[in-house]
Amino acid sequence: MLVLLVVLLPAIGSALAFAITRPSARLVVLSVVSLAHLGIVGALWVGPRASALSGWLAVDSLGLLVLTLVSLLFAAVVAYAIGFLREESPRGGRWFAGCLLGFLAATSLVCASQHLALLWVGMETTTLAIAPLIFHHHDRRSLEAVWKYLVLSSVGIAFALLGVFLLATAQPAVGGSRPLIFGDLLSHARTLDRAWLRAAYVFALTGFGTKMGLAPLHSWKPDTYGEAPSLVSALMAGALTSCAFVGLARFTAVVFAAGLDEFARPLLIAFGIVSLVVATAFVIGQSDVKRLLAYSSVEHMGLLVLGLGVGGVGAFGSVLHVLNNGIAKGMLFLVTGNMVLATGSSAAADMRGLLRVRPVSAALMLVGLFAVTGSPPFGLFVSEFSIVSGAIREHHVWVAVALLLLLSIIFAGIGRVLLGVVFGGREGGGGGGGERVGADGGGSRRDSAWLVCGPLALAAIVLLLGVYIPAPLRASLADAAHMLGGSAP
Amino acid sequence: MRALIEPILLAVVLTNFAVLGISRVTACVRMLAVQGALLGVLSIAVERPLSVHSVALGTGTLIVKALVLPWFLRWAMRETSVRREVEPVIGYMGSLLLGAVAAGLSFGVANRLPAVGSGQDAPVGLLVPVALVTLLCGLLVLITRSKAVTQVVGYLMLENGVYLFGLTLVERISFLVEVGVLLDVFVAVFIMGIVVFHINREFDSISAENLVELRES
Repeated sequence: MLVLLVVLLPAIGSALAFAITRPSARLVVLSVVSLAHLGIVGALWVGPRASALSGWLAVDSLGLLVLTLVSLLFAAVVAYAIGFLREESPRGGRWFAGCLLGFLAATSLVCASQHLALLWVGMETTTLAIAPLIFHHHDRRSLEAVWKYLVLSSVGIAFALLGVFLLATAQPAVGGSRPLIFGDLLSHARTLDRAWLRAAYVFALTGFGTKMGLAPLHSWKPDTYGEAPSLVSALMAGALTSCAFVGLARFTAVVFAAGLDEFARPLLIAFGIVSLVVATAFVIGQSDVKRLLAYSSVEHMGLLVLGLGVGGVGAFGSVLHVLNNGIAKGMLFLVTGNMVLATGSSAAADMRGLLRVRPVSAALMLVGLFAVTGSPPFGLFVSEFSIVSGAIREHHVWVAVALLLLLSIIFAGIGRVLLGVVFGGREGGGGGGGERVGADGGGSRRDSAWLVCGPLALAAIVLLLGVYIPAPLRASLADAAHMLGGSAP
Repeated sequence: MRALIEPILLAVVLTNFAVLGISRVTACVRMLAVQGALLGVLSIAVERPLSVHSVALGTGTLIVKALVLPWFLRWAMRETSVRREVEPVIGYMGSLLLGAVAAGLSFGVANRLPAVGSGQDAPVGLLVPVALVTLLCGLLVLITRSKAVTQVVGYLMLENGVYLFGLTLVERISFLVEVGVLLDVFVAVFIMGIVVFHINREFDSISAENLVELRES
């Protein structure tokens, strides 16, 4: 019942938001649904994990972990949106609230689906719910971004559907019925036809890989994250890509269970390394903060599949990394959003000298910088460390070496830009950075409490995850890693 | 009903080639409507005992893919004076040739794949290669054409290919899922249509070639 509610509640809220005409009432709906969603997710952790719709909807460890991530991130984004809407009122507020809630419903559906075709329906719905939000500014650049996003994602997701159909075909025809329930597939994995299963996996990897933004399927990512409002980018980088990972992880688990390790692992490792290399190449010399973060997202998606690919402790690191990356990336995009509000631009050069104008945002950006590059004591250090040690223990030493090298170059690349934003003065004279920022966008306003409370909470969580992982969380992580053919450290 | 399946599948292949070879965008959209109609009829025809399920799905497909979406695409491009596709990256003859190669490839690959379904579903054997041809032709249109509307046509062809493949599943996945899939495709094209409409107004042309502002400098 709770599982059904976690999907239905935001869906109803979305319909309500479209129906309501008063903007303030829409914000109330948005906040209430978000808090209720958080409450239900909490209840799912405590209570028994019942299923609904004859086993089509249920939460397992992986689903619950990502669902929790989505719910937390969404709550932070809603708090941020309250502050955001005070500074910049969007055209079509109905679409804004309605699509946000629709996105929450779709992502919840992806996390809770045990039926792989239903998961696909949820995945496609996330694409459609977020597209109008990217188009928020209604100008040429956002038009181009939304077009690229729609076309590439739709093609990718069509491939994923073919993957689902191929998986259905791989099942033995006995009995006539071919259910696509994840649990059944896992237990009957050995009876699946291997040729069809291989084909299914290739299409699923391409499809969900496009949605995750793995290189070389990432070309929509910098444009979309760059042009979308920052809170939408935060949701995409934190929640949407994580949901796509859930889809890929479910297919991967079936393939591993069928004993096709030697087929799938090299593919995953190759995608991971290519993503890291591409991210490194474009992080260096990047001048736009949001595009920089988009390439950082490509990097982290690469790490996720790499962890799956090497297996062992790497799989544990991968699952933990989904949480860490989602929270850290969401937080950084929200903080960047504050600066875009202050300066009216996302170019790093325009944001320099942030510390003097918006000290709280600047401090948060500094925290985000160290979090997202995997420095201790933040959560990403723990998960990246697990992935590297997984690579070494599973005898992929060269992968570990390449990983460490690329990660340190990316650290330098991101650090150069973000440190410049926080501490830098304006180059070439013309007064201090503070005056520059203040003069440009009327940014003399300090950060409002609404605009910093979300990122602040997320920063606290990512710090906590680096220092201490609570026992129930650890058990769930280990369970999910076990499902993905890995082990807990 | 089953005697209809093979002619319908061949007609689907012909519509693919027609889209590849036609330069008028409106004619492409019309061909797409024809293909949608064929798919609707097909999904009713493949089911041995006629069931409410298959008839409902077939009718839904017919309405969405043959009527609503083509009509909507025409609405989205009505305001453009340009009706013709600009010279594609690969010429029309080239596209047709590539389409023929894709067809050969699909039949070759489908022969090597393990059989789907049991022996009595013989026409199902032709479904897999035709699904692959449609998918590849859709990709080809998507990649080589520069008009946003034509790209939507390519996407829908690709989606049709996936849909055809879904028909090979002797026991359908489930009604709920199939309706969800159909609805998603519908909404996807709806949103794409709106974006096409805006591209049209913003750039005075629906060429996606104008969309080149976002690049790595």
